[in-house]
Amino acid sequence: MRARYLPVAAFAGIIIAIQLTTHFTESAYHLTQLTMTAYYSLLVVGLCMLTGYAGQISIGHAGFFAIGGYLSAFLTTHNLVPHQGTAFVSLLKKAGLLAARPDLYGGEILNVHPWAACLAAILATVIIAYLIGGPVLKLKGHYLAMATLGFGVIIYRIALGTTLLGAADGISDVPGFPLASGVEITGKASMRVPNYYAAWGLVIAGMVLLLNLIHSRVGRALASIHGAEDAAEAMGIPAARYKLHTFVLSAVFASLAGVFLTHYNGGIGPSEASVMKSVRYVAIVAIGGMANLWGALSMSLVLNYFSLRGYFGSYDDAVFGAILILIMLFAPDGLLRRHLFDDMKRMFSGDADQEAP
Amino acid sequence: MAGITYGTIYAIVAIGFNIIYNATGIINFAQGEFVMLGGMTAVTLSGFLPLPLAVLGAVAVTLVVGAVIEVVFIRWLHKPSVLRMIIITIGISILIRESALHIWGEGVRALPYFTGTSETSFNLGGVYVSPQVLWAVGVGAVVVAALTAFFNYTLPGRQMRACSANRDAARLCGVNAKNMVTLSFMLSAAIGAIGGCVVCPITYVQYDSGTPLAIKGFTVAILGGLGNSTAAVGAGMLLGILESFSIWVLPAAYKEAVSIFLLLVILFVRPSGLFGSAEAARLKEF
Repeated sequence: MRARYLPVAAFAGIIIAIQLTTHFTESAYHLTQLTMTAYYSLLVVGLCMLTGYAGQISIGHAGFFAIGGYLSAFLTTHNLVPHQGTAFVSLLKKAGLLAARPDLYGGEILNVHPWAACLAAILATVIIAYLIGGPVLKLKGHYLAMATLGFGVIIYRIALGTTLLGAADGISDVPGFPLASGVEITGKASMRVPNYYAAWGLVIAGMVLLLNLIHSRVGRALASIHGAEDAAEAMGIPAARYKLHTFVLSAVFASLAGVFLTHYNGGIGPSEASVMKSVRYVAIVAIGGMANLWGALSMSLVLNYFSLRGYFGSYDDAVFGAILILIMLFAPDGLLRRHLFDDMKRMFSGDADQEAP
Repeated sequence: MAGITYGTIYAIVAIGFNIIYNATGIINFAQGEFVMLGGMTAVTLSGFLPLPLAVLGAVAVTLVVGAVIEVVFIRWLHKPSVLRMIIITIGISILIRESALHIWGEGVRALPYFTGTSETSFNLGGVYVSPQVLWAVGVGAVVVAALTAFFNYTLPGRQMRACSANRDAARLCGVNAKNMVTLSFMLSAAIGAIGGCVVCPITYVQYDSGTPLAIKGFTVAILGGLGNSTAAVGAGMLLGILESFSIWVLPAAYKEAVSIFLLLVILFVRPSGLFGSAEAARLKEF
């Protein structure tokens, strides 16, 4: 077992310990928020890869989350019975991509199967991310920030303005997502523990993937792009392609989080696509230490959980705004990182000139 | 006509962006919040003050807020990176918005019409125009004229231009560059507040009306070429009119998406703006 998997094992241990604690203290209701936290964390680590390692800011990742969530919700709730005669629907049915279930009155509802809907959502995300990412990642600084922010707002407006997507109410009554026989991703209390492990299992799998990526040729290339893009290009690293692929990967993480959280919550609303959500993810990555997957993951676990439990009350958004400012003022490279103490020493000795770019 | 009203406010936000960009090279993502703050404060003050005094008071309050923000969050940073400034100003915009939410609640507010009421209109060459639209356009024109005069004929204005052209050289000539940055924040906050007061009888104001304004103001600033305030006015009108025409083809709910889509297209195709030169843009730092 290589050293980089030790933290993974430790983290898995923490996840198990939390579940056991809630089991013995009979406070299993905490697991509901912790499961939701897991899905948000999946998005956060993907964004951390993009911001911290590839050095590209994105203030539109809630948009990808919403694309995954909304597509999956729409496909699994939109009744296809009226279109049953069309060739496309019967083709889908023959391919086994549709799921039938009874409605309240004993009639039949025909939906796209959750797995097929999930695949469709991921596929759509990949296509959109490539289309958007190509031109967007050519931009830098303010323009990049504004372009990703604009993308997020467009998705938000579409979600809010489209009656087919439920407008301001969003989509509700999304069915569970069957994982294995008897286990499905759903908010039912009886499924709480399996769901908790499924969600965090997904996060850990994502972490293993990203950790391997960072320590591979790709990760080293990204590090060099972050350090000096021109120098990296001069060394023969196709910077644009690496940035684009990282962007798409983080979009897929966000979309996947959206798909599963929507099935878990049984619905999705336009607020999931709001700018504030995107900013919140950036804030978590920043406090986690920008280029520090473990920092981002642990901060996401703590902050999302507190936020979902409502500890911040009506100051929820303000807390994340304040975090963002404080981190950027006093520790612009993020809070949790190796050289933290050296930097603090330097800051207080009045020699803060060598700020990292 | 709605197009022109909105166009004016976009242009005013864009001018605010430009002033700070010219002085510091950063984009202040909290620019839209200044407009909201100006409108909100004016509505509150108009409860117990006559309208002109309320507007003046709102502009003064926003100006002070702008100065405080600069002094507290930005003045003491040493050569901050662009990414850092983006995130800080976004954080500031969130704090202003959340404070507004806690002070004023979620309600939609509006000032009374400056002259006449919402029904008054008069015939202008066959088109019926609300007097408030004329107020908006008139004030917009006065702001641009006053700014041009300020930058060309007054000492602080010339000092600010010197700082944006070459900060080090300006400092060698005895210009206090840091004070110029504070001044630029005060100016753009005040201008945003004026804009907020003038249009809020028509467009209304709410605690979260700042962010869309900031994005559209940025679209306009880019469209006109970043840093070019005169072109921003033309670009603002263009965007306002385009937006109001988009309602004919698309549902009104997508109005905002249309202008942001335009922003993305401009950023991809011609980031130097319609009126800017591509060569000059390449030399700027984003």
